[in-house]
Amino acid sequence: MTRRMKWIQLGVLAALIVLLPLLFPSGYYYRVGALIFVNALSVVGLVILIGYAGQISLGHAGFAGIGAYACALAPEHLGLHPGLAVLLGAGISGVMALLIGRPILRLKGYYLAVATLGFGILVSMVLTNERALTGGPDGMVVADPGLRDLLRDLGLRLSGGELWYGVSGLVLLVGAWIALNLLDSPTGRAMRALHGSEVAAATVGIDVAAQKLRAFVISAVYASVAGSLLALQNQYVTPDVAGFLHSVEMVTMAVLGGVGSVLGATLGAAILTLLPQVLTVFAEYEQLVLGAVMIGVMIFLPQGLLPSIARRLRGTSE
Amino acid sequence: MSLLEVSGLGISFGGLRAVEDVSFSVSPGEIVSVIGPNGAGKTTLFNMISGVYRPGRGSVRLNGQDVTATAPHLLARMGLSRTFQNLQIFQEMTVLDNVLAGYHLTERGPVWADLLALPSMRRRAAEVRCGARDLLARVRLDKAAEQEAGSLSYGALKRLEIARALALGPKILLLDEPAAGCNAVETEEIDHLIAELAASGIAILLVEHDMKLVMRISSHIVVLDHGQKIAEGDPATVSRNPAVIAAYLGTDAPTEDPAHADG
Repeated sequence: MTRRMKWIQLGVLAALIVLLPLLFPSGYYYRVGALIFVNALSVVGLVILIGYAGQISLGHAGFAGIGAYACALAPEHLGLHPGLAVLLGAGISGVMALLIGRPILRLKGYYLAVATLGFGILVSMVLTNERALTGGPDGMVVADPGLRDLLRDLGLRLSGGELWYGVSGLVLLVGAWIALNLLDSPTGRAMRALHGSEVAAATVGIDVAAQKLRAFVISAVYASVAGSLLALQNQYVTPDVAGFLHSVEMVTMAVLGGVGSVLGATLGAAILTLLPQVLTVFAEYEQLVLGAVMIGVMIFLPQGLLPSIARRLRGTSE
Repeated sequence: MSLLEVSGLGISFGGLRAVEDVSFSVSPGEIVSVIGPNGAGKTTLFNMISGVYRPGRGSVRLNGQDVTATAPHLLARMGLSRTFQNLQIFQEMTVLDNVLAGYHLTERGPVWADLLALPSMRRRAAEVRCGARDLLARVRLDKAAEQEAGSLSYGALKRLEIARALALGPKILLLDEPAAGCNAVETEEIDHLIAELAASGIAILLVEHDMKLVMRISSHIVVLDHGQKIAEGDPATVSRNPAVIAAYLGTDAPTEDPAHADG
């Protein structure tokens, strides 16, 4: 039953990724689509952390920043291929999450939110102030990973937009597959159990602190890979990728779409990515809109958009 | 040898001595009940034994090993399982998933196997699924397996908690008011279930307010009042004990100092 649900959700996602370009009026929309997928990827990571394990992070953009700058710095200073830099960034993010989470997650309550808030600001400050290394607030250029040339040699001619649309879509699918695997696995059950009741989870033998830490590390890796993809497709990074606003954006996307649902997370990411594109007037008031969305969802759709719609369709009035 | 040995256990909250110098033991297959008026410290005692609270004084031994103040998840690995007076159900999970979570120690494996849905993970999950369904049938919840746990009635949730605690395959089971809020039929079912479990060799430690239930199934009763053990013994002895009757009926104990009686 749940396995069938998993493949249905992945099928829907795959169909959307493949079919949406038929509706694109111009090549520009491949860029927007790629941006949606990248955002959705980090939000799927947050679904694992917030939706499964019930922990809040307000500094996940810090991990996106690590992933992004790994792709910018590692090829230049270590001579690493940008593709490998993605893995390096993910590794560093995972280790950082482990170091932050280990002491914090032993405590009950919302200490993680506070600690990650500090962490995100720290990363953002380092990226802004280490001008010699990172170019400061102006950001820095990211080397082309040569993927397009490789595909051209293989006889596949793609525009930059098309290429990154495809790559981001594929990575999002893999990310969604992993998150859905986790949902219906012993680890996922343990995470959801401690979300429901920490004391009961502990009495059935679940190491609550260790499972929270797992969720935190996994979600940090998601954010890091998303940051890397963003850097690679823009071929440019600025410290904004690690900024507090980006962290809040991620959480809002997750909450809007439905924090327990992988497809919902993608929907939330799509809506909040498109909004500033469609209504340029919102670009100026992004923080205001994010705040309003957050409050509105909490009041009217506490489960998030997709689960609420699904519930209504099923006809249950709860 | 007894499975669980509690000796001199005590804890204070602020200046209040919630539990003071309580000792008793439970052997495999035995049903030991802890009774006492509201606020006597029964649940606090359970929380100390199960590692939720850290005892201020005394010790808990499980299978001869000192487990005082051991974390609950480690006690679970040693075969100690419990239910809660105020339900602690994983509300947003299905009934089946609640019990599967109880199989955590059996079904867990390397995290990458879970992330990638490797066949080894699916095999582990499938192995416990049968057992989980059997347990649900045992507490008559098999038909509700796919329902969200939050939608069940109070009595059903009580039984679900027992099923989840049994999934662990416990050597000793702590039941905190399993019959509270249940009707006569449900109480009788729980009564049978507890007796069955004890007959299968599980040691049972029970907190219960339903005196009929306690007197019927207990092999040994420990009576607490104001955090102290005031009596223990088999049901017949305890029910005749004047201190127990005084604690329950509120008769003034004749120990009061007459000099301060009119203070």
